[in-house]
Amino acid sequence: MQATRDFSHYVRDAGSGLQHIDLAVEGVSCAGCMSKIERGLSAIPDVTLARVNLTDRRVALEWKQGALDPISFIDRLAELGYKAYPFETAGAEAAEAEQSRFLLRCLGVAAFATMNVMMLSIPVWSGNVSDMIPEQRDFFHWLSALIALPAAAYAGQPFFRSAFQALRTRNVNMDVPISIGVTLALGMSVVETVNHAEHTYFDAAIMLLTFLLVGRYLDQSMRRRTRAVAGNLAALKAETATKFVGADEISQVPVAAIHPGDIVLLRPGERCAVDGTVIEGRSEIDQSLITGETLYATAEHGTAVYAGSLNISGTLRVRVSAASEGTLLAEITRLLDNALQARSRYVRLADRASRLYAPVVHATALLTMLGWVLMGATWHDAIVTAVAVLIITCPCALGLAIPTVQTVASGAMFRAGVLLNSGDSIERLADVDHVIFDKTGTLTLPELEVTNAAAIPEDVLRLAGQLALASHHPVAAAVARASNAKSPLPGAVEEPGQGVRGYVGAIEVRLGRPSFCGAEQSANDGLSLDPEASTVAFSLGDAKYVFAVRQGLRPDAKVMVSALLKRNIRVEILSGDREPAVEAAARALGVGEWRAGVTPADKIARIEDLKSQGFKVMMVGDGLNDAPSLAAAYVSMSPISAAHLSQATADLVFLGKPLAPVVAAIDFSRKALHLMRQNLWLAVGYNLLAVPIAVSGIVTPLIAAAAMSGSSLLVMVNALRARRVASGEA
Amino acid sequence: MEVMVILVPLALGLGLVGLLGFLWSLKSGQYDDLEGAAWRAIADDEPAREKAPD
Repeated sequence: MQATRDFSHYVRDAGSGLQHIDLAVEGVSCAGCMSKIERGLSAIPDVTLARVNLTDRRVALEWKQGALDPISFIDRLAELGYKAYPFETAGAEAAEAEQSRFLLRCLGVAAFATMNVMMLSIPVWSGNVSDMIPEQRDFFHWLSALIALPAAAYAGQPFFRSAFQALRTRNVNMDVPISIGVTLALGMSVVETVNHAEHTYFDAAIMLLTFLLVGRYLDQSMRRRTRAVAGNLAALKAETATKFVGADEISQVPVAAIHPGDIVLLRPGERCAVDGTVIEGRSEIDQSLITGETLYATAEHGTAVYAGSLNISGTLRVRVSAASEGTLLAEITRLLDNALQARSRYVRLADRASRLYAPVVHATALLTMLGWVLMGATWHDAIVTAVAVLIITCPCALGLAIPTVQTVASGAMFRAGVLLNSGDSIERLADVDHVIFDKTGTLTLPELEVTNAAAIPEDVLRLAGQLALASHHPVAAAVARASNAKSPLPGAVEEPGQGVRGYVGAIEVRLGRPSFCGAEQSANDGLSLDPEASTVAFSLGDAKYVFAVRQGLRPDAKVMVSALLKRNIRVEILSGDREPAVEAAARALGVGEWRAGVTPADKIARIEDLKSQGFKVMMVGDGLNDAPSLAAAYVSMSPISAAHLSQATADLVFLGKPLAPVVAAIDFSRKALHLMRQNLWLAVGYNLLAVPIAVSGIVTPLIAAAAMSGSSLLVMVNALRARRVASGEA
Repeated sequence: MEVMVILVPLALGLGLVGLLGFLWSLKSGQYDDLEGAAWRAIADDEPAREKAPD
């Protein structure tokens, strides 16, 4: 049965006889790749558009309807050396992109209005000290109002909406003082213009919006980029399933095109991409991604299998209960719901700052007004001075202080291989003092590896690797990887459940179960050396070799554990695996605290226990069984190879084999939190200088404008320091 | 000061043209790939490559 690949699910009709597909491409990083791909694809006849997006690492393709199969593009890209896979924009990402465009539109409107209002304000400022006649000044003020009022009404929307929502839930966020400040400044300026007064604040109000929108846009584009990369990685995993389209006819389709009730074929060595029930066949399955248990389980008629299970020996037919992200183990779903509800709502640093800030600022403005009235000033002058206080204290620098640091820090973390799922995770990560690791798939690599490759002669290893390439069995795949073999041995035959055999000249070679190769004795010897490993035997004529295969620890796991300990962070292992396996890993890594055979409920109980002792716990895990504890922990992290649900629950996701990104993320977030605090203090310091000037009533719009841009630039420049952490820490 | 009758509408008009230009460029997707656009500016022109003898 040869399966055909079917990507029609991803093809869109682009109108006027054209078809469109988006491909996520791996390894596009430079301008050279960009032109190479675009030329390579444009050279295919009937392709009308091939455009690389270097920011999102994607290619958009259009071609004449019916002329080409999407497979041909993927094959062409593979020839050029790029791995590609069709991509479907997820709902969340489309919403982020739309929000990002809206903010940019607001920013554009505000920036153009600022420039034009400034153009009118500067003649007024200079005219006030020279010879401008009042009629001219009024005319310029009216023009400023004409530009600033509609622009502020449009560009202020993000702040007004958010402030309104906060007030409706009886909260205060940074947008409340911003909205009040801008509205009062504009309102007062209109009144002043009507009364032919000397000073108006149209320029200050609209400039404030511009600076704040820069902060918002930076924040938004950081989140959008993370989502785009996460979306690409999900697409590049290329999760497909072999679906029965007829009684005996199969087709390789993307998981997104599988519906409940479909029947899929699961061959040995394949990872199940759907949840379902076995209806035919018998096999052993590896459920370590789901339960953390590394011993294989038996699957037969009626057994429930979950996305992420690896089929080991036999072929299975599975009836799909729900595609990709659907139902899961009922217990895990229930625990996860509870944990998510109980997740104490973390109050972000910016919101904590604005809770203190808003009352202080508004009280100062009120006292200024009352003070001036008591000292005999007119109500008009008192109100003007009070509004000037609001404008000068308006949190321009405060609004930029945190988003700029977050953007720079997340960029640095991105380069270190860490993606952020939630915006406030940087702040929470910086406080962590206790890290809990899951073992299987987190401290260890998800793939099997040969542990005794060095003890086997190189030519024998290469030959075994060539033979192994003929098999789909995960153990064989480990042997093939260890040998770096490129081409399979011609004429090799796989015997299901036993192994592979072939001939080199006249000598028979076999790779598989020890009994299949007649090597039971040496296999038993191997097992006594490493009881956790599974063995695979290789016979070359009469010579017998035994490979020990197991999930290896991540290459830098030991170094990273000691790096965490050096930072005064406690390390603990909680695993659902058997005690000997966990004990061995804990001993190898030098971790004193470990528990084995832990259920998801136990993990949560342990986290709650630590929380009540005052620890800030970070959970690092990948399995489906870790998802509830990831949600329960103060902050959580998953490797990119984790189960869907865990990855979606975790606050951060790290890429690649090494564990180094975990430590790097902690370092970067500590530095970032430090800079955020520093920026807030800079903003407060600026206010301490500016407020007395404003209260005394000598602030002119010129002073307000200069002070605002000065403090904004200061916090932005300071934020750039988040790019690096001191050497030796990372 | 009669010159203001021309200069003020002219300034406002130019500002508006700039804003409309920005909104148009945003709508036509020119800000979707800022990294790629930076490199495209210095990439070789397509026809020049094809004319070159192989």
